[in-house]
Amino acid sequence: MVTVLESGADLRQRAWDAVAGVVDPEIPVLTIADLGVLRDVVLDGDHVEVAITPTYSGCPAMNMIALEIEVALERVGFRGSKVRTVLSPAWTTDWMSEEGRRKLRAYGIAPPQVSSSRRALFGEQSVACPQCGSARTELLSEFGSTSCKALWRCKACREPFDYFKCH
Amino acid sequence: MLVANIQVAETPLVLYVLRRADDALILGHRLSEWCGHAPMLEEDMALSNIALDLIGQARELYTYAAKAEGKDNDEDKLAYLRDIRQYRNLLLVEQPNGDFAQTLVRQFFYSAFADLYWRAMMASRDTTLAAIAAKSEKESAYHLRHASEWIIRLGDGTDESHRRAQAAIDHLWAFTGEMFAVDDGERALIHAGVAIDPGVLRGRWLQMLSDVVSEATLTLPQNDWMHQGGRAGRHSEHLGHLLSELQSMQRTFPGQTW
Repeated sequence: MVTVLESGADLRQRAWDAVAGVVDPEIPVLTIADLGVLRDVVLDGDHVEVAITPTYSGCPAMNMIALEIEVALERVGFRGSKVRTVLSPAWTTDWMSEEGRRKLRAYGIAPPQVSSSRRALFGEQSVACPQCGSARTELLSEFGSTSCKALWRCKACREPFDYFKCH
Repeated sequence: MLVANIQVAETPLVLYVLRRADDALILGHRLSEWCGHAPMLEEDMALSNIALDLIGQARELYTYAAKAEGKDNDEDKLAYLRDIRQYRNLLLVEQPNGDFAQTLVRQFFYSAFADLYWRAMMASRDTTLAAIAAKSEKESAYHLRHASEWIIRLGDGTDESHRRAQAAIDHLWAFTGEMFAVDDGERALIHAGVAIDPGVLRGRWLQMLSDVVSEATLTLPQNDWMHQGGRAGRHSEHLGHLLSELQSMQRTFPGQTW
């Protein structure tokens, strides 16, 4: 399917577009590009090597994401692509795009604050409720349904919600 | 079917990385034993999440140990096909969960050290270890805060929770000295800038503990006699039972994959 008429830059763009559309299996509104997990797409001849960085060390979504990347590349005609995991520099929620933050909020998950609050003595000071926008919220548990989330509750609308932890 | 143990060529670097990998795996496995049994749902998820972080760290470290060794081993073989005497973890992390207080005190002692340790290791001249450290310190910051809050809640809680938390501190204290011990091989790595001297962390570690423990109305023991042996493969009886469960699938069905 890869035509010889396509330039290297076009090929790489096609590979990038395919890979950038892969979503996080646990937060399907976010693509790996939104998350900042996708680091690089390199073209070598007509083989593609994709570099991704893990969010949390033990995040079980990473294996799934690597597989989805290979499938996405197959679908647009790239065979035998490789996915490489890079640890450095370490992933941080500061890399999440504005678009990603907006999508998270619309999905009902409060987006991460800046990473300097990670070492705050009593945790994040105030997280706005993604449902009603109120700042009257409280932390229920620092560890939520996945590695990257904490469980919060809104005291205004009384709804519990997930908060994407800063990392 | 009996599967033979693998042999590991323990150069100083391989041994150094294996020790940290074993700490993370064994503590991660211990925490995973709480899955489905914790006193409340939020804690069930918290302990499982922390276990997952630790097992993730162990995977990175085992993979690096295997690469540094340069033989036929890999992360799975290192985890599943070494016997008790080949394990290099701290005696602290293999201690049974006991009650909830004992689990959290063990976690508190370890996380307070790990958080300082990984932050310092970000400056390692070994780029792989520095990268693993940069990931791990983000996780350990959450682990430490979680454990610290529980120490305060338990110590400054009811008479019962106070009594149990103090008993756990008194029981586990003698397992903390091993975190700061260094042998000749490690000394050479410290000199080369690959490893950091854990001794320099001890003051801050103790201060961190004292702050939390006093806020929790608890006390740290005064005795300084400490258990040793885990780093050299001399373990308490508990590790054998743990490994028999952790390794049972690979020992029974060699090479089995999902």
